[in-house]
Amino acid sequence: MKIKNHIILFLVLLAVWLLLNSSFEIHILIVGVVVSLIITLIFCRNCNVFSEIKLTPKAFFYAIIYVFVFSAALIKSNFDVARRVVTPSLPINPGIVTVKTKLKSKIGRLILANSITLTPGTLTIDIKDDILYIHWIDVLSTNIDEDTQQIVSRFEKYLEVIYG
Amino acid sequence: MVSILLYISLGFMLLGISLSMIRFIKGPLSVDRVISFDVMTVGSLGLIALIAFFTNRIIYIDVALVYGLLSFIGVLIVARYLERGL
Amino acid sequence: MDGTLQIIGAILTLIGSIFLFLGSLGLVRMPDSYNRIQAGTKASTLGTILTLLGIAFINPDWTGKLILLILFVLLTNPISSNVLARAAHYINIPLYKKTVIDKLKKEETIKVNVSEDKINTNSDKKEDKQ
Repeated sequence: MKIKNHIILFLVLLAVWLLLNSSFEIHILIVGVVVSLIITLIFCRNCNVFSEIKLTPKAFFYAIIYVFVFSAALIKSNFDVARRVVTPSLPINPGIVTVKTKLKSKIGRLILANSITLTPGTLTIDIKDDILYIHWIDVLSTNIDEDTQQIVSRFEKYLEVIYG
Repeated sequence: MVSILLYISLGFMLLGISLSMIRFIKGPLSVDRVISFDVMTVGSLGLIALIAFFTNRIIYIDVALVYGLLSFIGVLIVARYLERGL
Repeated sequence: MDGTLQIIGAILTLIGSIFLFLGSLGLVRMPDSYNRIQAGTKASTLGTILTLLGIAFINPDWTGKLILLILFVLLTNPISSNVLARAAHYINIPLYKKTVIDKLKKEETIKVNVSEDKINTNSDKKEDKQ
């Protein structure tokens, strides 16, 4: 299990280095591999967040779908904000509600919180265990189950497969 | 055609950054100032990329990368200071 | 010079800058800090991403660095807004007067035990037991 963390961290670092240089010349590749390897060996004592990512084909497929779902939500949220801002009467109805998440892994919760922040009218304020506190610009209901259904579930069904 | 559209978007971007500057000056609380600072810097990333296109120098993209990193760390530090002191 | 790709990129850049402008307008118009954070973060994230994507379309040689910048903005901008909102709630920045509900408030008052509203704390505890 531990070697998986090292491999994922190494690949991420190498990808960042190659994107930064945007060239595949041999000396750049060698420098990238050596430096990524050194950083991985020194700093990966307890980077156990990566071991929660599943590396199955199904997870990969769901990750691609998730990118599209997330992009659609992001664009929709921006139109939502633009509509609210441009309307002269400022139609907002804000409040802080709670939702529950089923995700166990840390990185899955991070991605979930980030996605919630970027989707229409919601902003993650705090997270305690499996309860997320969310500032909602247009509160429709204050019941925890309905809010979970409305805000979280559309991302959770993909993230559950990817991060377990 | 392309450069006309880019000049128009440059204008919109500068207008947006000026509006956040208004909130930065007016903002009654420190949190308002920090959030307008954040919006200003993130908007400036796009502005720097546009300037990099106009002057045709890729080095400005690196400047934008470091600028974004510094702004993120700055916001984190200010938020931490507001929450429990340094 | 003006290929189709360049024109698509210029239009994307224009849309991004308009979103950025609308987000800043929201920053000025919204009534309290939390709503300002919402408007500012969302609009600035998508605006910057679209602008950088447009530049990447116009000048395909720079795509690698611009993709790195896009991923960076996408990952860090929600985190900074989240941290700011949490700090704002922690130091009791008041919510907008039309705010419907504040479920985080109850637990904060119990945990921190602010001395100035002890009556409030007790009533909150009762509500919590239900």
